[in-house]
Amino acid sequence: MSIALEQIQKRFGAVSAVDGVDLQIRTGELVAVLGPSGSGKTTLLRIIAGLEAADAGIVRLDGDDATATHARDRNVGFVFQQYALFPHLTVFENVAFGLRVRPRRERPDAAAIARRVASLLALVQLEDVGARFPHALSGGQRQRIALARALAVEPRVLLLDEPFGALDARVRHELRGWLRRLHDEIAVTSVFVTHDQAEALALADRIVVMHRGRIEQVGTPDAVRASPATPFVRDFLGGFAESRVHAPCRTPVVDRPHERGRRRALASAIE
Amino acid sequence: MSAAALPGAPVAAVARSARTRTSAIRRDGALVSRLLIGAALAFLAIFLFVPLAFVFVQALAKGAGAYLRAIGDADALAAIRLTLVAAAIAIPLNVAFGIAAAWAIARFAFRGKSVLITLIDLPFSVSPVIAGLVYVLVFGMQGWLGPWLAAHDIKVIFAVPGIVLATIFVTVPFVARELIPLLQAQGVEQEEAATMLGARAWQTFVRVTLPNIKWGLLYGVVLCSARAMGEFGAVSVVSGHIRGATNTLPLHVEIAYNEYQFAAAFACASLLALIALATLALKLVLERRSPDRHPERIE
Repeated sequence: MSIALEQIQKRFGAVSAVDGVDLQIRTGELVAVLGPSGSGKTTLLRIIAGLEAADAGIVRLDGDDATATHARDRNVGFVFQQYALFPHLTVFENVAFGLRVRPRRERPDAAAIARRVASLLALVQLEDVGARFPHALSGGQRQRIALARALAVEPRVLLLDEPFGALDARVRHELRGWLRRLHDEIAVTSVFVTHDQAEALALADRIVVMHRGRIEQVGTPDAVRASPATPFVRDFLGGFAESRVHAPCRTPVVDRPHERGRRRALASAIE
Repeated sequence: MSAAALPGAPVAAVARSARTRTSAIRRDGALVSRLLIGAALAFLAIFLFVPLAFVFVQALAKGAGAYLRAIGDADALAAIRLTLVAAAIAIPLNVAFGIAAAWAIARFAFRGKSVLITLIDLPFSVSPVIAGLVYVLVFGMQGWLGPWLAAHDIKVIFAVPGIVLATIFVTVPFVARELIPLLQAQGVEQEEAATMLGARAWQTFVRVTLPNIKWGLLYGVVLCSARAMGEFGAVSVVSGHIRGATNTLPLHVEIAYNEYQFAAAFACASLLALIALATLALKLVLERRSPDRHPERIE
């Protein structure tokens, strides 16, 4: 399903969290919304989900105006930063939740629910944890269960808020590759929010760079890296592009003090 | 009442930190802590245990037969019944109000929120006698609504409705105060997750919110019940002390005592004491069930 945002505005008191955002996301894309904390990226994601109402602007899902549609009726999957698993339910019941709360007519029977949960647990490679409770899982496992739970209702769009933010570096790296492969497999339109340039560059089909509630640039990782549209994008991606992408992973990070100084000067010039 | 909910944590913390000191300090510390613990126990014994034991001793002073007769007395049974009726009405109303108020306070920002929190605490800070008097001023014969109520033949003061109202007033804070910190600590993410999975509001409440607060809710209900059945002041003002009709158990105890029926008074008092002990036992069980509660915190 495609997503289209038209002139989205959102203020919290005196702070403008999202300030006139236009964005088109095509069906089946994996898009990263990248920006420093406070750039409005999570608010934007919550507006797409319907968890936050925009002050102005239109959200279109598949071309239809969904601005006034309740979050529960948007058929959008959401993976929360801290996963928000239900602590009193087993992993099985967590994943089955979205099926169990359906109106009686649309609710699958117990056997169908069990089959669906089993296939989702297999999809996230956690077949054996169905009887456990969330607190007995590692962070990476919780993340994958949260994903399975979101996918259980067959959402047309998957939204992920800092999907790897709460994980340690090694697990984050593993899950990153895994999520990319999963997306290629199920091809559901996905948007994830991150402040980590490496994550966005490694994972996304396209990157949306946000700063102070506005979109600075939209493009493929290569395009954004090769020709930053604004000084902010260059600065925000710059440190990463030089020190981590171009240098092979296993060699020590190349630090260039003279360039760092120049970037800093540039940054303060912008401020 | 709120003092009863204070956890024993500070004592444990003192004991723990004393253990980690060097041996010389530990000897001094041991002496000090022994003195302190001894003083605390002596205090508890004199002011809590001895009176409690005395209640039971006096209740059974004239033998088990007299005890049972005192409790089986028609007026005593009526008082017990009225106490249970008032509690049975007040507790569900409190649960409903407590959940609604705690939900509103923990989940939404709105004008007058701090006023609502203050109002919830009002029964703790106002003397129960004042609460009773307020009801007399509103519903009594000389009160605002008195003539209208009399014209429609509705009795509130010196009747069961007044007692129920007074009981509700003094128990208002218990459930709400228990749930507000719990709901705040829980946050909104799980509820949002349920919404995103297609759950309706009541499904989210029953399947996600309620299971997370159920022990705190039960704890609030236990404290609320104890207060509802033990309340004296507010109920005394609105009751009119009509035997067999508007006397609750605490009022019945006072009347019997004033009429020098000591065994009967203490027999009924022992029932109230048993309710209190059962409350404490339940409270302990519930505290074990929900180890990470912060009963005194309201933000």
